[in-house]
Formats: sequence, structure tokens, C-alpha cells
Amino acid sequence: MSATTLVKQQAGPRAAGPAPARRGRRRARLIALLFVFPALLLLGALVVYPVLFSVGRSFFDASGTRFVGGDNYAEMFRDPATLKAIRNTTIWVVVAPALLTGLGLILAVLVEKVRWATAFKLLLFMPMAVSFLAAGIIFRLAYDEDPDKGVLNAAVVSVHDAFKDPSAYPTARGRQGVLTQGRDGSYGTTAATGRTVTLPMVGVLPADLPRDAAPAHRAAAAGARPDELRGVVYLDFTPGGGGRQGVVDRRESGLPGMKVEAVRAGRTVASTTTAADGSFRFSGLDGGSYAVRLPAANFAAPYQGVSWLGPTLVTPAIIGAYLWIWTGFAMVLIGAGLSSLPRDALEAARMDGANEWQIFRRITVPLLAPVLTVVFVTLVINVMKVFDLVYIIAPGPVQEDATVLATQMWLVSFGGGNNQGLGSALGVLLLLLVIPAMVFNVRRFRRSQR
Amino acid sequence: MRAMNAIRRGLANGLVQAFLVVIGLVWLTPLAGLFLSSLRSVQDTAKGGWWTALASPGRLSFDNYSALLKNSGMTQAFWNTVLISVPTTFLVVVIAALAGYAFAWLDFPFREPLFLLVVALLVVPVQIGLLPVAKLFGQLGLFGTIPGVVLFHVAYGLPFAVFLLRNYFAEMPKEMLEAARMDGGTEWRIFTRLVLPVGRPAIASLAIFQFLWVWNDMLVALLFADSSSQPLTVQLQSQIRQFGSNIDVLAPGAFLSLIVPVVVFFAFQRHFVQGVMAGSVK
Repeated sequence: MSATTLVKQQAGPRAAGPAPARRGRRRARLIALLFVFPALLLLGALVVYPVLFSVGRSFFDASGTRFVGGDNYAEMFRDPATLKAIRNTTIWVVVAPALLTGLGLILAVLVEKVRWATAFKLLLFMPMAVSFLAAGIIFRLAYDEDPDKGVLNAAVVSVHDAFKDPSAYPTARGRQGVLTQGRDGSYGTTAATGRTVTLPMVGVLPADLPRDAAPAHRAAAAGARPDELRGVVYLDFTPGGGGRQGVVDRRESGLPGMKVEAVRAGRTVASTTTAADGSFRFSGLDGGSYAVRLPAANFAAPYQGVSWLGPTLVTPAIIGAYLWIWTGFAMVLIGAGLSSLPRDALEAARMDGANEWQIFRRITVPLLAPVLTVVFVTLVINVMKVFDLVYIIAPGPVQEDATVLATQMWLVSFGGGNNQGLGSALGVLLLLLVIPAMVFNVRRFRRSQR
Repeated sequence: MRAMNAIRRGLANGLVQAFLVVIGLVWLTPLAGLFLSSLRSVQDTAKGGWWTALASPGRLSFDNYSALLKNSGMTQAFWNTVLISVPTTFLVVVIAALAGYAFAWLDFPFREPLFLLVVALLVVPVQIGLLPVAKLFGQLGLFGTIPGVVLFHVAYGLPFAVFLLRNYFAEMPKEMLEAARMDGGTEWRIFTRLVLPVGRPAIASLAIFQFLWVWNDMLVALLFADSSSQPLTVQLQSQIRQFGSNIDVLAPGAFLSLIVPVVVFFAFQRHFVQGVMAGSVK
């Protein structure tokens, strides 16, 4: 090592003489410039010049012929669409990086405790390799509003229905003239004990008819004891035609699973659910007349889940897709910081009897602060520029509710707006927003060089 | 007491495992949904969600994919994606390696301020370049062509690439270079015979990162490519307006466009993760 330095000093400029040395140095500089030239040319022509051009262009009107000073910037905060974009970008910047850093931190700490940590990290990191377009299509599918198509709403509806029984016959109506409709949407009739009453329904979709539904005519003919009230709820419709209205024909089906109540003097005294042939039976009743009622819950429209891509939820929904892509990044970066923490500090705390939560709060998080900052700043910069995901996931009519700065800049400049003055101003605003990050980067770099 | 603690720890560990399994499933489900959707016929898709296919896996087929491969617009777009991302990656690596070496080891005027400029350019959003470069390319006849798309990508990939490689090259031991110079090696020889081989790990990370970045791009190509030079992302994007009726094209198309990056990711995961991590604060 020292030998080479020694040799170098001896064979250096002094041996070669001053004039050729200067020429040599100039030649070396020329070579160096040749090395950096392609990079500088491209950066200058396609990055630096456009920045300057955009700044200048932002002071001119839509067609670029008239100088308008700061009008485009004032317009930005007047135009409802750009204001919406500014508002949405603010939501993104406030919500997404904090959520991601938090989630990444929790997962990074937890994943250390399991043996399959590597597999888990790979799985969560993988979406980073997927394009925003593909991710957008993936989540367009997942967020589909129809619970029969979108997996998310399918899950939401099934959870909802697990706690609250879905109605069996959302489209059914009572046969007019036979049953009376209550003001709350229920159907009913009156009957006395010792009788078998028939409740004809219409309008049941074939798909809503349970597979185990059985013909109702036999149950309709069954007699009731004096303290009983029997009945059938049936579909008053013979497939292929030929049935009589209000009569239980041979091939007409019972409606199983229908809730039935016996009401007397405004009080529900008994309730039951119909069997496969649509029959029901109230026994042990006091003799007399009762109102037999099919409560409205039988006919309630089914719960349709959440309108993820509707105007109110579209931004949170797209942020959800963004989390899917970036959580792995936050977790892996924080995990790398975690593994470089001094083991002794953690061990010492454990010896002193600190519990896991205290260690996390008092030692891990403070020591990780620099890494967390880097993750957070990275995410803020990326979130400000988010474009593809919003452009793809938000359906056409909801675009304006989901719009962010980058999409708005696109729409204004190229997508029909055709106002390149305002578009340039939006581009400059995007640039201004990332300038703190620029300063952060330059400072960090200079510090590392010292 | 100790037994209690052991039980408690075991329970906590079980909870952690269960939580992570749930998260893993949540992460996997949307992807599985895309894949299964891509294998279903239009009629089945109209009838119900992809999870119903699990009950009758016999109805799944690769018909949508073979239809896609017969669609000349799609295959053309796929090739365009390759023709854009491969040259971009190559050019970024070569140009950035040259500049990175010069910034690290050669002497030229304004070296320090120029490099600080490169660091500052790391975060410049591509959006600001769209309009001016579109005008410039229009004058040069590059607008709507593959070389135009490539050039734009190269320029906006360079700050990170130069930053990464310069920092990596700067770590090389000084003696190594000086010894090579003493042996009378020209800078070009030193660059190709010494710097490039030594920088292989960083170059690999950069190449993979850059390749995936460009492969996945939609925004730049949306503006700079026309219908004959558009990549897969733009071709698929143009079908998204009728999302519901185009799932038989969009789902396999999206899967095709993501399978290449995912394979690259799994094949070179270490390099990829390093590249992404080095690129943080970009």
C-alpha cells in the first residue's frame, strides 16, 4: 500500500517535467468529460431544460402566446377540479405514508418472531415488482360493487349476513285481494284457531326458491286441532300455467324459511318459520281470531355491501391498493434497520425486566428513527406523484372525485383540458412540493461525504 | 411462574403467527383473483365471482390466453414493451457507469456541483418533463416512436443510476486504481477491465430495477408512444373504459404483463431488493 504511494510520488509529475504534465492533465480532463458527456447531455436536454421551460411556460396562457404572470397559479386555487386534486393529494400525503410506515414497523417487528420470515417478506415485497396498471386491474376486480363479482364486497356481505339473517324473498309480494299489505311492508290475513290458512305469494324469482322447497297442497289440506292455528305460505304460480289464483294447486310450491307471526291485539303472541312445504303451525293458542303476519324482514332488499369505488370512498379504496404495493417496501427497509440495532441494548433491557412493549416503545422505535424517517420521506415523495393507480382504478364517472395533482396535470395538459399554461403550473407545483425532499437528499449526501 | 411465562409466550407467538398468516392471505387473494379471472370464460365471469370457479375447476381454461396471443395488437404491444425496456436498461447502465466512474475517480471542472445537481435531480417528477420534451421530440421527429420513449426513460433513469454507481465505485480501494494506472492502463481499459467487473453487484441491482421500472411504466408511454409503438400497459389501459365487459382481455393481459417482472423479481430477489432500497428517497 505505502509502496505504491511511494512509487507514484517518484514517478509523478516531477520525473515527467512540468510542460508534458500540464498537457497530460488536460488530456485526462478531456477524457473525463467524454465519460460524463452522454449523461450530462441527456440530463440537460431532457430534465434540466424541461424544468426551466415549464417554469417559464407556467406564466403564459393556454395557447402560450400571452404573458399572464401568476394567473395560472391563482387559477389553480380557484378551479374546483384542481382544488379537489390539491385536497386529495393532501389526503394521500397525510394518510398513506403514516399508515405504511406504521404497518411496516409492526410487521417488521412481528415477522422476526416467526421461522418463515423470509417467505413472508418475499410475498409482501412482490407487489413492488408489479406495475401500477396490473395492480389497478387487480383492485378494479376486487372492489367490484356487485357482491357476486367483487371479492371484497362478497366478504363484507357474508360477514354482515352472518350477524344479520338475509331476507329470503326480497322480490315476493302477497297476492292482492287475498292478503293485506301492512304499512311497514309486511303481509297478513286473519284466521281463527282450529283452521288451516293459506297465504299465497307471487313475484318470487326462480333463483330465490330454495332447492328443498316442496309442493304445498298436502299441508294446505291438513286439519288443525282446536288450540292450533295451521297454515301454508306458498307460491301461487303453477310453472307452465294452468293454476288458479288464490288456490293451492297440486304443483304449486311451498315457501320454506318464511317468518310467520301470530298477532292478537297488536301483540305478537307466537312466531315460527315455515317448513320445506311452506307449512307452519302455532299450537297452544287461546281460542279465537288472530292476525297471521309475514313480517317485512322476509322481503327486505338484500344487503349489497359497500360502494368502494363510489365518490366518497374512492380515494381510501385506491390508498388501500397502494398499501398492497408498498407495505413490503416499508417492512423490508425497516427490517434491515432492525437487524442492525445493537443487540446488547435490547438484551440489557430484557435483563432489567422490561416487557416487549416497553422495549418496543423505549428502545426499538427511538433507535430506528433515522430509518423510519427515510422510509417516510421516500413514501411522501412517491405518494405526491401517484398517477397510474388513480387513473386506472377510479371508474370514468368517479375520476373527478379521485383526481390528484398528477392526474389533474395530465388531464389539464393532454386529456381534453388542453391548457398547457395551467398544466405547466401544476407540474411546477409538483416540483415545488418535492423540493424539501431534494434539500434533504443533498444535505444527506454532503454529510456522508465528510 | 416460569411455566406460566412459557405458556404466555407460546400463546403470544401463536397469535403473531395467526396474524401474519391472515396478512399473507390478504396479500395473496387479489393476485389469485386476477389469475383465476384470467382463466374464466366471459359467461362464467358474468355469472359470479372468481371464487365460484374453485368449486368447478374443470371450467377453467387458457382460452383467453390463446385468444390474446392471436390478437396482433396485443402481441405487438408485448414486443414493444420488450423493445422499450431492454434498450433503456442497457443505455442507462452504460451511460451511468461511464458518468459514475468519472464522478468518482476522474478530475474535471465543476465535478462537485455537477454531482450535487444529479443528487438534486433524483426527485424531479417525470410529469414536469412531459410537455416540454413532447414539444422537443415533435421537432426532432421522435414523438410517437420507440426511440423517443427510450430516450425519455433513459434521461429520467439517469440521476438515480449515476448516483448509485458513483457511490459504489467510490468505495473501491484507491490503491487498486492507482496500481492499474501505474501499469499504463488507459482510462477506457481501466473502466472496462477493472471498474465494470468490480461494480457488477451494483450494476446488476441497477439493471433489474431499471428494467422493471420501464417495463411497468404507463405514464411516459401514454404520451410518447403512438398506436404502433405502444407497450402492453398502454394497450391494456385503452381497454379499461369498458372494464366490466373486457375482463377476458384485461385479466390475462394484466397477468401476462406482471408475470415477467414477478419472475425477474423471484430470480434476482436480492439484487432487486438492494436496488429498491438504494433507490429509496428517490
